Amino acid sequence: MIITFDFPAVLAEWPLLAKGVAATIGLTAVSASVGVTLGVACAWARQHGAAWLRTLVGAYVELIRNTPFIVQLFFLFFGLPGIGIKLSPEVASVLAMVVNLGAYAAEIVRAGIATTPRGQIEAAQSLALTDMQVFTRVVLPPALQRVWPALVSQIIIVMLGSAVCGQISTPELSYAANLIQSRNFRAFESFIVATLVYLALAMLLRRLLTWAGPRFIFGR
Amino acid sequence: MTPRTFLRTAAVLTLVPLFAAVAHAQNALDDIVAKKLLVVAIPTDSAPYGFVGTDLKPQGLDIDTAELIGAKLGVKVELVPVTSANRIPYLQTKKADLVISTLGKNPEREKVIDFTIAYSPFFQAIFGPKTLVVKTPADLVGKTIGVTRGAMEDQEVGKIAPPGLDIKRFEDMNGTVSAYAAGQVQLMGVGASVAGNFMAKNPQVSTEFKILLKESPNYIGVAKGEDKLRLKVNEIIGAAKASGELNKLALKWLGRPLGDLPS
Repeated sequence: MIITFDFPAVLAEWPLLAKGVAATIGLTAVSASVGVTLGVACAWARQHGAAWLRTLVGAYVELIRNTPFIVQLFFLFFGLPGIGIKLSPEVASVLAMVVNLGAYAAEIVRAGIATTPRGQIEAAQSLALTDMQVFTRVVLPPALQRVWPALVSQIIIVMLGSAVCGQISTPELSYAANLIQSRNFRAFESFIVATLVYLALAMLLRRLLTWAGPRFIFGR
Repeated sequence: MTPRTFLRTAAVLTLVPLFAAVAHAQNALDDIVAKKLLVVAIPTDSAPYGFVGTDLKPQGLDIDTAELIGAKLGVKVELVPVTSANRIPYLQTKKADLVISTLGKNPEREKVIDFTIAYSPFFQAIFGPKTLVVKTPADLVGKTIGVTRGAMEDQEVGKIAPPGLDIKRFEDMNGTVSAYAAGQVQLMGVGASVAGNFMAKNPQVSTEFKILLKESPNYIGVAKGEDKLRLKVNEIIGAAKASGELNKLALKWLGRPLGDLPS
């Protein structure tokens, strides 16, 4: 048997692929914005919150960072119905990604906050800024700027991780690739296409975030 | 890497599997006999055909069939667990010599692999809770159904599905059944044995047969063009049918006789 490539067989299914790409982008967009916000809130809580809140957030961060993503996803989708909470595959996927990214982002942002020079905070306090103002105006923007590359990488990891959301029938890109290969048995070709699309998405996302970060997130 | 060296490397990498594949053409049977090893792709998610017992070892009708063929060939058997979605790629990429994995025959599959004669009976259907009225395909409008991606049920449900039926596809039978058990889908399209096993273990979810999808006996898959291996396996199955060995396996695992199987 000679292996011959048949890419047209896969590309003919482009509407499926396009829908998959759109779903992957959508999942990533929502979970990145909500996840990073959650991460910042958790970073604040771990630094400035009350003792019980610090413990709670610490437990959350450790729980999520020390368990596999797919187990978290299965817990939300297959586990929660056991106590009467039914989530659609899409909602379960977004929630799992938000919760996952939130925990990692919390630690990344905390690292940025922790390296803020004391003098800057004291200077801000001497200008009679409230604690909240000190955090949002003086501490957070340069902290985000310092950790932005790490944060962008984490967002990309979460985007790539969304590939397992197909396991609970969320129709994202890997799901589309898998569905195509199960119909025409062109496994090699469909996963080559999926690989290239993921590669392109990851590179574009990195460029986009590197460009957008200084302009919209922690602009001066 | 300059664009030209990149292209060259890419070209070479593309050709390598091609040559490797040519070198192995048509002699799978000789390889098996020479190595004294038969690699068989089996299911671990479709009781009683293939499932993992309490000792964590695969067992079931398909596993016994694999052992039977191995014994007749006089070679050891290595079992590789596969899912519905990846069992054919395992054969195409020579990761397995045979697929004995509740594999039904259809024209799409016949384009990419070859089949032996049938070795066990099977049928697929839509199952759902007794409280849900589903008698004809038209009743499926507005319902959600779980199927296993790449399994026969996936295609068969697609054929009868009215617009408005929400089909959710899962990676393996366990995913499909779990989704049904958790109430994430209202119905499931699965093999009779999977459903039977589920109903026996989960009496609290009152499940019943709804619509027959397809009567489809199981065949053993071999890589395209491996005629020597295919004919040898046909010979073994034919002999095992005649001697009653296959019937014994059907009685042991399915609780019913082999019946008439197409050859």
